[in-house]
Amino acid sequence: MLPNDPREPERFELREGPLYTFEVDRRDFFLTLGAGLLVTVYATEAGAQTVAARLHLGDDGITTVFSGKVEEGQGARTEIAMAAAEELGVPLSKVRVQLADTDRTPNDGLTAGSRTTPGTIPAVRQAAAAARKALRQPSEWTILGKPQWHLTAREIATGEHKYPSDVTREGMLYGAVLRPPAYGATLESIDLDPANKLDFVTAVRDGDFAGCAARTSYAARKALETLTASARWKTTPQSSTPTLFEDLRAKAKQRVEPLAGKTHAAEFRTAYVQHAPMEPRAAVAEWSAGKLTVWTGTSNPFSVRDSLAQAFHLSTSQVRVIVPDFGGGFGGKHTGEAALEAARLAKAAGKPVKVRWTRAEEFMWAYFRPAALIDASARLNAQGIIESWQFINYNSGTAALQTPYRIPTRQEQYIPCDAPLRQGSYRALASTANNFAREAFMDELAAAAGQDPLDFRLAHLHHPRIRAVLTAATERFGWARRRKEKRAPNHGIGLACGTEKNSVVAACVEVEVDPKTGAPRLLEIVEAFECGVLLNPANTRSQVEGCILMGLGAALREQIEFENGRLKNGRFSAYKVTRLRDVPPKLDVILLDGTEEPSAGAGETPILAVAPAMANAIFDATAKRVRALPLRAV
Amino acid sequence: MPTFRFTVNGQARTVDTEPDRPLLEVLREDLQLTGTKYGCGEGQCRACTVLLDGRPIASCVTPIRTAQGGKIVTIEGLASGAALHPVQQAFIDEGAMQCGYCTAGMVLRTAALLEQRPKPTDAEILEALDGSLCRCCGYPRILAAVHRAAVQSPAARKEASSATK
Repeated sequence: MLPNDPREPERFELREGPLYTFEVDRRDFFLTLGAGLLVTVYATEAGAQTVAARLHLGDDGITTVFSGKVEEGQGARTEIAMAAAEELGVPLSKVRVQLADTDRTPNDGLTAGSRTTPGTIPAVRQAAAAARKALRQPSEWTILGKPQWHLTAREIATGEHKYPSDVTREGMLYGAVLRPPAYGATLESIDLDPANKLDFVTAVRDGDFAGCAARTSYAARKALETLTASARWKTTPQSSTPTLFEDLRAKAKQRVEPLAGKTHAAEFRTAYVQHAPMEPRAAVAEWSAGKLTVWTGTSNPFSVRDSLAQAFHLSTSQVRVIVPDFGGGFGGKHTGEAALEAARLAKAAGKPVKVRWTRAEEFMWAYFRPAALIDASARLNAQGIIESWQFINYNSGTAALQTPYRIPTRQEQYIPCDAPLRQGSYRALASTANNFAREAFMDELAAAAGQDPLDFRLAHLHHPRIRAVLTAATERFGWARRRKEKRAPNHGIGLACGTEKNSVVAACVEVEVDPKTGAPRLLEIVEAFECGVLLNPANTRSQVEGCILMGLGAALREQIEFENGRLKNGRFSAYKVTRLRDVPPKLDVILLDGTEEPSAGAGETPILAVAPAMANAIFDATAKRVRALPLRAV
Repeated sequence: MPTFRFTVNGQARTVDTEPDRPLLEVLREDLQLTGTKYGCGEGQCRACTVLLDGRPIASCVTPIRTAQGGKIVTIEGLASGAALHPVQQAFIDEGAMQCGYCTAGMVLRTAALLEQRPKPTDAEILEALDGSLCRCCGYPRILAAVHRAAVQSPAARKEASSATK
């Protein structure tokens, strides 16, 4: 994934009706699956046929679904099983799901962009329906549309489930990788001898890569200490947090003329944040008879396979990437660093090697959600209507860049910058920044127009689905009544809405602001979300709750601090993600079943509303506008 | 190298190793008990929680020498045969997991809490689980699971309590 890549990660789409192909003699599958019928659904994209889904209907009554998607906690495995069981008319217990094994599953591309629900699920349903010769309508569903927790819950609760970092191979060693002291540092020299003299240690340097493998993680760390001691680095001056936004503006690839006749303007900033999934990057690599097999946690198994093939001068058929269900990603595991490192060490050691990044490595060397600098300006007329709108995102991306409000003249643009840190995808991409800035700015314009924030939005909003969630959230919250009531000291209420990836969200919040620090506390949130026909309401609710609370962390505290290319707070004791104590006493999720709309993913868009709603509530409480994440009333 | 003797999930174990190796790594690498997870290495996320003599500890910052002669319970040892511990069952029934990487630590800290406080208040739950991080932010479901486990019959808990000791 290129930094600053404005394209949505999207690899296939069913643009035409799928073709059904029945294969009765696929040797590789029948070797492991036994006799049965194999159903493959093809999608045609840009003239090329790709496999969109594959089902094996075993003579033993077990159906196996093959998909290149991965499971990282978002619920893809269970949803895919439900879709197949529904269309086959069999209980869930008769369905197995084989995910993300480059030798066994079709290439579904990247698991990202909320694409599994609108892309993979229809293909699985088509394949299963082909076997039954009829596609069920949502009104006929008995499995889909009903709440279902993860099918692997028991294995997780008992510790049996093997995450990538749990994979163990015969004779396996543990690897440790030498990291540069700062961004931009390059390795000039290193002495491997002290490490190689230790018992059962293999140390290797290959260009900028240096690392070692040993019989325990402890021994690998001790060996790494000797590498660190002898390594000489060439460093160059790097950026620091205090000048980050000035640097971004200075390094913007383009200048924009200010909006002519603007009446209001504001600059918004969002910090660099780290995904910090609970399981850091991990991989086990094993070479056998010229073939490389890697178990790793990545959302992009086929791309990682291709990277490995390229790095080791192999054909893709000589590389197999297997992705066990892994411990969280949130857009942060689209790459395969640990896979490459483990494979390099395993090649040197002649034994399988596991590399599991430390938390410090994950904080510093995984990529970040890009910091954003956003210039918003508008021309508001005497009737309180926005006549023109300019919205420029520097550095963070295009997602939800375009306003859903009806404004006659608009300029919306994303301008890349030379970024100081390695940056990439994050849950809902740049829409977290864009929706924050837009919804906070809309609130400023509402106040300038002397209107209620809800009325002002509705006056500009013709999008029926956003209007529906706004109405649902504000009615449940009692917005109209509570706006008229006197708030307790330092308490305020606010709202925000948004849309992305064909789903819509609105939230109302109450916050309390600490008068000394300016820090807000979330006391109540009512969030309404609609993503078309619900496939698994239980999982959707979990995703919405998780999005709200993950978004809360970035609203309250999360902010990567760096100085001259070194991270200052790359650890959980200093970088405070959302914790149990942050959960608001009232957290109310309303799921609207959008029966007129196709099913969309639910793991991203619900993150969009909490931060701007809180910023607006802080204004209500303190009369201070907050234009940066994390939020502080100062 | 010194020898350390302790029990894990009721089984006597002997390990010859460096005294300052973290208990977490001995469990995972020497004893192949990978249910206990590495999350941060500084005792700040509690994914690595195990019970040592009934008390929840962060095994990533606990040197193996501290476990000498101790009784350790990991997530693999919480169920009695096919019967899950009520806290495990509550986490399953409440869907209290997304990626599930924090689940072992959450379950063990909850089990230890309910041993001490069979009917914990909300404040006691917050206190007991404070610092257990769930990056999927599945906290509402986790809280529901703790409450569900807490209201289960005393008999079920009594039966299960033998596993945590």
